[in-house]
Amino acid sequence: MESRTRRLTVSSIAALAAAALVAGCGGSGSTGSSGADGDTLTLWTHNAGNAAEYGVVKQIVKDFNAGQSKYKVKIQAFPQGSYNDSVVAAASAKKLPCILDVDGPNVPNWAWGGYLAPLDLSKGKVAVKDQLTSTVATYQDKTYAFGFYDVALTMYSRKSVLKKYDIRVPTLDQPWTKGEFMDALAKIKASGKFKNTLDLGTGDPGEWWPYAYSPMLQSFGGDLIDRSAYKTAKGALNGEKAVEWGKWFRSLVTKGYAPQKSSKSPADDFRNGKTAIQWDGSWSAQANTDKFGSDLAILPPVDFGDGPKIGGASWQWGMSSTCSNKEGAQAYLNFSRQTKYFVDFAKATGTIAATDAAAQQVKGYETGGQFNIFLKAAQEFAVVRPVTPAYPYISTVFSKTARDILAGANVSSALDQAVSQIDNNLSTNNYSTGS
Amino acid sequence: MTSLPSRPGTAAGAPQARRPTRRRSRRRESLTALGMVSPAVFLLLLFFVIPVVLAFALAFTNARLVSPTPAEFTGLQNFRTLLDDPLFYKSLRNTFYFAAVVVPLQGGLALVLALLVNAKVKGVNFFRTVYFIPVVTSMVVVSILWTLMYQKTGLVNELISQLTFGVVHGPDWLNNPSTAMPAIIFMSVWQGVGFHMVIWLAGLQTIPQDLYEAADIDGATRWVRFRYVTWPGLRTTRTFVLITITIAAFSLFAQVSVMTQGGPLDSTTTVVYQAVQTGYAQQQTGYASAISLVFFVLVLAVSLVQRFLTREKD
Amino acid sequence: MTSASPAPARPGPRTPLLRMLALQAARIALALFFAFPIVFMLVSSLKPDQQIFGDLDSIKAFLPVGHVSLDNYTGVFDRVPAARFLFNSIGISAVTVVLGIFVNSLAAFALSRMRWRGKKIVLSAVIATLIVPFETFALPLVWWVNQLPWLEVNGFHLTLTEGWLDTYQVQVLPFVANAFSIFLFHQYFQSIPKELDEAAVIDGANWFGIYRRIVMPLSGPAIATVAILTFLPAWNSYLWPLMVVQSEDLRPVMVGIQYFFQLNPSWGEIMAYSSMITVPVLALFVAFQRAFVSSIASSGVKG
Repeated sequence: MESRTRRLTVSSIAALAAAALVAGCGGSGSTGSSGADGDTLTLWTHNAGNAAEYGVVKQIVKDFNAGQSKYKVKIQAFPQGSYNDSVVAAASAKKLPCILDVDGPNVPNWAWGGYLAPLDLSKGKVAVKDQLTSTVATYQDKTYAFGFYDVALTMYSRKSVLKKYDIRVPTLDQPWTKGEFMDALAKIKASGKFKNTLDLGTGDPGEWWPYAYSPMLQSFGGDLIDRSAYKTAKGALNGEKAVEWGKWFRSLVTKGYAPQKSSKSPADDFRNGKTAIQWDGSWSAQANTDKFGSDLAILPPVDFGDGPKIGGASWQWGMSSTCSNKEGAQAYLNFSRQTKYFVDFAKATGTIAATDAAAQQVKGYETGGQFNIFLKAAQEFAVVRPVTPAYPYISTVFSKTARDILAGANVSSALDQAVSQIDNNLSTNNYSTGS
Repeated sequence: MTSLPSRPGTAAGAPQARRPTRRRSRRRESLTALGMVSPAVFLLLLFFVIPVVLAFALAFTNARLVSPTPAEFTGLQNFRTLLDDPLFYKSLRNTFYFAAVVVPLQGGLALVLALLVNAKVKGVNFFRTVYFIPVVTSMVVVSILWTLMYQKTGLVNELISQLTFGVVHGPDWLNNPSTAMPAIIFMSVWQGVGFHMVIWLAGLQTIPQDLYEAADIDGATRWVRFRYVTWPGLRTTRTFVLITITIAAFSLFAQVSVMTQGGPLDSTTTVVYQAVQTGYAQQQTGYASAISLVFFVLVLAVSLVQRFLTREKD
Repeated sequence: MTSASPAPARPGPRTPLLRMLALQAARIALALFFAFPIVFMLVSSLKPDQQIFGDLDSIKAFLPVGHVSLDNYTGVFDRVPAARFLFNSIGISAVTVVLGIFVNSLAAFALSRMRWRGKKIVLSAVIATLIVPFETFALPLVWWVNQLPWLEVNGFHLTLTEGWLDTYQVQVLPFVANAFSIFLFHQYFQSIPKELDEAAVIDGANWFGIYRRIVMPLSGPAIATVAILTFLPAWNSYLWPLMVVQSEDLRPVMVGIQYFFQLNPSWGEIMAYSSMITVPVLALFVAFQRAFVSSIASSGVKG
């Protein structure tokens, strides 16, 4: 009997051992995730599945590895939709890579949380001062990240449509006023020709909401937070101007101009002629041009009173604070700061190169070019999202509040509630703030 | 009563000469049982109990997802905040609402489907597979289609209008606070029912054929057959389906996350959705853990009551 | 209930033709109701993005009309190492299923058919583990598996490594023991007559013999069900590999779907990739559910 029990125990252990063995066969990669192994540095990018941008990253790494013999950079690519989860999980296991990219608005949070180390970019060929301000992330007077490009919000329409309904084509110097914009929507709506008079892209659940709609709030004269000290949202997010924005935002739905929830692909709806005016980003410009040619109208954002505004800051590069070879990481980052790489990124991704010199070399973005409007907008209208470690929290609260407002919540009480949540978060966490 | 099957290798041998005493055999049985459960228990301890205890311990701290300082013990602070959080009560109400409708609806429908495809008819394999399709279809694809069908001018309203000869015009399902949850419920049942159909099917296989034959000889009607043979035969399956649907319903998250993000006006926010949103997007790990811990205690209580009730009936 | 030969399907009382037709009509109607997303997915996988959304307003969404091609499928392979991901997922899921069936049925056997002190508490505790959604303890689990040691085989040397991040085992072992499977086996085993055990004991079988030669062969439907239900979450796992796997070579299929969500998502390719990862699961279901019916039938015969 004893032997039977033992046999059973043995087989149970055998099962576990088998599991161990099967799993062990492929599990040789257990050394790959420390930030640096001597002079071999790991680099993380959000570009898995984005061959164009990933290609540029690979090219820079290849050039860097070939150009000197001291350091070697090794790339790991992640899909962007879940990049933050991957980074946060790695940080909790103390396994951050040396070099990583980061979505601009998250930089203060990651810098404050000890993920990122300040950078010395003085050795790069491109001077920091030549960059669009939205592409350099500073927090507490230190630079933590820089980007090679930015993107711009814009409205797409068709010249033929605007002409048909006798609507003035707005320009950078003379954007639509709120009144003009509402008249235009009314005219198009009255024609009954379009499923969506205006499509704001409200079907997207993520960071799109604060990126796309807080500039409208800012153009009305409100903001996500009082930027004088970053200690409260009071007044900025629930003042008279903000309430005015909220009521206007809701009216787009009640008047039947914009869908409360857009389809999964508003850009395709626009190209299929279902939408008259679409609020979107510069990244759709090429596909829209391919479809409509010279009939495509790229319109600057509306001036709701405080000037036209768009969001600033896209993906940027930084160095982790746990990196065991910071010199190597700095060397790589400084090496990458060459105009040709700024050009390559912008060409590959259809974005706005972060320096004027680079932008001039990207077809369409040069002075007089069809997409030069994006560069101008990024220079003149861009507002970065609040430079505070509280930003990820503020972002979720704003998204939810804006969604509630579109669904018919009482505007002032919804905004008051958002303010009290944000203020509570600011006071219970010991954030240090300010750019 | 059919005779027990005789098994080559075990049955043919001569009766055992040794007969251990009852006490010794009991002790051996206990030891063997422990040996048999130990791999599972070990793995559960390692990969479930330890991390869950860690997670729940965070509920008593101010832990953040991203923070320059380590978490500090804050006692019951998170629970006090939770008691004053109106969103938590909304989440709780929505979760119970969802569970109360989905459990009987999905369980019952799954049984109907299982009975439909348990017959000896041409093509049952095909039907079983087709009914299972929504279970394996990616949530991305499902959400595109249902978002579209639930639009004001979508397929659902088109059908309603046709069926009522144009009298009833449906609402904008997902954007209306009073219809969003029913819409989520309907879609969830549609997506999950195939899963429980499979479990009912497995249960149906345990009902002895001869009981049906005996019922047929007695000239029993379909209903009588179901009431007195099938239903009692599904006793253990029933408990299983009830408990697992209940727990799954309480964990509602994915559908809400892709279809409504808790809106409109919090009408579809659920406890797990709130916990995930709080813990990841809002980075308040400690508070999210408190939500999870309270939720765990509540569902445990419901399950215990459920087990108690089903046990009493037996 | 003492029969040892349960049966899969039954003829039942004579069914009038009309009733049979009505039932079949119901089956077909339900099939349409459940099948439409996969039809949409397959059809859309053949169309360019813009047409997918153009066709959405009409029945065309479900018909392969307009510009139809396999471009999206070639696009998938340009973007994602799909073959590698499929290979990983098949391996991870298969190992999880096989180990899961063994470990969980063994535990369920002890919990349902043997007498020992504390088994009710263990069973209740196991079921209670179902209540905690994975998302709520995923992060502590990441930290924890990173502390665990692992024996690595290097030729003839065994080396002790630290941390399970970025491996296959971290995608398998945490999901082997599963309360759902234990519970399902437990409920099923209870419907198998206990007299069989007693008879076997008299014949000199030990407990493991009863498990292996009597209970498991009679549990085809339960095994098939557990196999399918363990396979699905393993195949669909998404959040976990994102957190613990850094090397592209070790990623499973579901992570791949995120590769398509760029600033301009390619919906046609999303549909093509979704088709590629859904159809194998359905094929597996077809295979399993055949086994599902035949296993009992044959066990009845052999017995």
